[in-house]
Amino acid sequence: MSALQEVMERYEVVIGLEVHSQLRTDSKLFCGCAVRYGDPPNHHTCPVCLALPGALPVLNERAVSLGVRAALATHCSVQPQSIFARKNYFYPDLPKGYQISQFEEPLSTGGWLEIPMPDEAAADAVRRIGITRIHMEEDAGKSIHDDSVAGGDGSQVDLNRAGVPLLEIVSEPDLRSPEEAGAYLRTLRQILRYIEVSDADMEKGHFRCDANVSLRLHGALDLGTRTELKNLNSFRFVEAAIAAEIERQAEVLDGGGAIQQATLLWDRTSGQTRVMRLKENSDDYRYFPEPDLIPVNIDPQAVHDIRAELPELPDQKRERFVREHGLSEYDAGLLTGSRSLADFFEASTAAYGKAKPIANWLLRDVLHALNEREAEIDEVALVPETLVALLRMVDAGRVTPKSARELIPELVARGGDVEALVRERGVEAVSDAGILETAVAEVLADNADAVARFRSGEDKMLNFLMGQVMRRTSGKASPAAVRDILAAKLGG
Amino acid sequence: MAQRLGTLSELRAALDDGRTSASDVVAQALGRARELAPAFAATRGLRADRAAEEALQADQRRTARALRSVLDGIPLLLKDNLNHRGEPTTCASRILDGYVSPYDATAVERVKAAGGVVIGRTNMDEFAMGSSTENACDQPTRNPWDPTRVPGGSSGGSAAAVAAGIVPVALGSDTGGSVRQPASFCGVVGIKPTYGRVSRYGLVAFASSLDQVGVFSRTAADAAALLQVISGHDPLDSTSLDEPVPDYAAALDGDVAGLTIGLPREYFVEQGVDPDVLERVRDAVKELERAGAKTCEVSLPHTPYAVATYYLIAMAEASSNLARYDGVRYGHRATGAHDLQSMYSRTRSEGFGAEVKRRILLGTYVLSAGYYDAYYRKAQQARTLLRGDFEAAYRSCDLILTPTAPEVAFALGERSADPLQMYLSDIFTVSANLAGIPGISVPCGFARDLPVGLQLLGPALGESLLLRVADAYQRRTDWHTKTPPEAS
Amino acid sequence: MARITREEVERIADLARLTLSAEEAQALTHDLDTMLEYVQALDGLDTQNVEPTAHPLPVATALRPDRARPSLAPEEAVGNAPEREGSAFTVPKVIEGVES
Repeated sequence: MSALQEVMERYEVVIGLEVHSQLRTDSKLFCGCAVRYGDPPNHHTCPVCLALPGALPVLNERAVSLGVRAALATHCSVQPQSIFARKNYFYPDLPKGYQISQFEEPLSTGGWLEIPMPDEAAADAVRRIGITRIHMEEDAGKSIHDDSVAGGDGSQVDLNRAGVPLLEIVSEPDLRSPEEAGAYLRTLRQILRYIEVSDADMEKGHFRCDANVSLRLHGALDLGTRTELKNLNSFRFVEAAIAAEIERQAEVLDGGGAIQQATLLWDRTSGQTRVMRLKENSDDYRYFPEPDLIPVNIDPQAVHDIRAELPELPDQKRERFVREHGLSEYDAGLLTGSRSLADFFEASTAAYGKAKPIANWLLRDVLHALNEREAEIDEVALVPETLVALLRMVDAGRVTPKSARELIPELVARGGDVEALVRERGVEAVSDAGILETAVAEVLADNADAVARFRSGEDKMLNFLMGQVMRRTSGKASPAAVRDILAAKLGG
Repeated sequence: MAQRLGTLSELRAALDDGRTSASDVVAQALGRARELAPAFAATRGLRADRAAEEALQADQRRTARALRSVLDGIPLLLKDNLNHRGEPTTCASRILDGYVSPYDATAVERVKAAGGVVIGRTNMDEFAMGSSTENACDQPTRNPWDPTRVPGGSSGGSAAAVAAGIVPVALGSDTGGSVRQPASFCGVVGIKPTYGRVSRYGLVAFASSLDQVGVFSRTAADAAALLQVISGHDPLDSTSLDEPVPDYAAALDGDVAGLTIGLPREYFVEQGVDPDVLERVRDAVKELERAGAKTCEVSLPHTPYAVATYYLIAMAEASSNLARYDGVRYGHRATGAHDLQSMYSRTRSEGFGAEVKRRILLGTYVLSAGYYDAYYRKAQQARTLLRGDFEAAYRSCDLILTPTAPEVAFALGERSADPLQMYLSDIFTVSANLAGIPGISVPCGFARDLPVGLQLLGPALGESLLLRVADAYQRRTDWHTKTPPEAS
Repeated sequence: MARITREEVERIADLARLTLSAEEAQALTHDLDTMLEYVQALDGLDTQNVEPTAHPLPVATALRPDRARPSLAPEEAVGNAPEREGSAFTVPKVIEGVES
């Protein structure tokens, strides 16, 4: 039993997550500056996001509708009126000295999402995790700490990111293990990507997570004192950091100590959490309604329209794949893992006419090739028409399944014309009756013993003989044709 | 000594007749500004070369008969809290030392587009916090009618510049009376439009839910002309009203017959109000009655709470609005600070004056944990009640008339030691900002040789009505034609 | 009975990033106390069931279409910086996660 498992036997772990996900807009939340990365510092700034004296915010319409979309996709109620508030604190990457966020009246409240439970026996076991609220806010800029700045005593401030729109999605403290926290994040990320609200790319910082962690004895009603883990920016770190924090808290509690409310940072090199600051009086953010912005009124018709345009969610798609295409829950789950893969599957199935072979080829060969390249299906050259063309050649006996499988990595990487590739590689199946009959005759002559055993009732010898024919034709013989000829000669 | 400039209407006529040129008028304004600077300190910075260039362009447009508006070629001044691209904006604060604005406030952009020639910036109380223009970081402005007295504030520089005949019109800002009270003290017209009528974009924020750009002039007709140029919806200000702008000049028909003017009983009280001021204002009421207006008593029962409500809201918003002055991106930065905390604290302590610090502290306090409901929320509720007072009053009258200030210009230094006494100078003006309604101050005589102003308050978007009544009053009186002896 | 203590004034000054000299702290404690006494007048006002006013006039939500517009030229964006390196502002070293 691992140390973590041992702790979780004794304590109930209570985890709530706050996720910040960058909205997919062209411009910032309160000004027209482009949302773009990779440019030199302060190349996408204006009076508003530089907080010049006198500049005023104006809300980005698309950010609101994307926020509503996220709320609907996670079963939250969209509030008819939501209010922006100022969160006041000083930090060099916060140019106004306050962040425009939402406090008392957020965009939406009271939703949930379902996460898969890997430990449960049933493949479709899920757990429902509450979502407290989803609100809109602006991102801060970046402070760059580099020893080259001012001889090591300084930091650089870049405000290209200042004012980029974010959704903050706050879960209920419903998560009970690091794995559940990971599953929640993956599910949430999948939903946000599906509905095209956010690219939710953790590496690029589009999807960031803070975790509130506390322990209590099993059966206790009151929550323990919690700590907040800041800026966990990969799935691996989230689970590792939470696990480390659980162990740290257990050690404190086991030693008779008390948990101090604190903000912690995860140190990936030591694999431990460390206290960033204690929460005592440092958190007086002096929230008040942002006087420069009018309350956001969202009328029921607008919510209705956004709901009507809401793309099918992963869960709905998975159930439909099972229902319409007769796939297993497991296969349907894999195929709906990303919207691009699901779309590829549906387009291929529509063109080919049958779902199962498409599912098999995708899940076995195409996913393997994608994993090798660490790519998503929409990032590679393979298109549905190409996959379908290849399957048709297999069906027609013009390419053996084996050869076809070997072509997949090439098609994934470069796409192109299947016919041409088959010719170029010289892997077209041999179905010429004359050539095959000669090959069969030679095999039968060379393997009299096997023929005899087949005739005496050992059916499996047929496969052996098949294999010999294939070998003699360098694997290019059409298996169906070989089987027919063998059957005719042996049965005759 | 350069001559006093005429009114906007007079200058317009002279330009149109070819009796003068924009270049001459602008040179005259610049000359007068320079000559009067030592005595009154109304201006903070002049842009002589660029103004002369712009005047020349205005003259070319005039020759080509391509005038942009009645403002084309007319010199004017901006309060030093309006961003003007390529020019400093200091808010009379050390913390904005060295800041040169890379953008135009919407009001400034509209003035420029109309051909107005900005000749410079006017002095003010630091960040518009004050009622005397003594809180400027360097020197106070003095009242042209008596240089030992204050011009009022916070837009005291703009009021003094118009009174002294440096320019015919100027822009100011009014958060709790900062246009109307100095207009009253300096014997000029000052109008604060409805909240949202003029874009706040580029007006350095003091209290966002109260601030509004306003206009100084000598006549209501001139105020109408400049207000026409700067009013209207602005997509860069979320609180800007998307309502059509009426033709203000067309409303000036000189007729007040049939209008009902409400006189709030809470404003006509003996206690705390200079009796001479009350008398002048009552004389003005009689004049309007002679012109055919009816009067009636109305009540604004929550008036006693207005100043407390105003200061709580204004200071809370200010404490947050002034957080951006941190020495990181522009303005003053303390030298020699080795850590961030001391860089911030020293920068802000060196950069802000005493009054600004006082208000930041009070504002921070009332928003801080545990006090929000008792102070800020309570003040917002009181604000609702004050708005309700006006809504009720406008059911029985078309507009409201009061003294603009309870007094005439007081002596420099007289109130510096007592901030609360200074705040009470705004007692008659703050309610309009809390309710978001328009107000205008019009000269209505003198008390002990100092100007007295009457205030007209209208319903939301009632600017036409206010200008019409103010203009009708000025047609029947000549107070606005008097010139200060010290600057004649 | 004082409404605000010097310790509170110093805590608030710290929140507002202001350093006060001893004399300033003393004078401001007095000023704030006077002002808080004055605004206590509001305590006498019955505001039960009164909605707070955040904006003086009812205005519909103002929204901006999601279109990127030109930003300031970098030289203008950082042209006012007291200290800079290239197009970045520079400040004394930021210690990660510590609000200053």
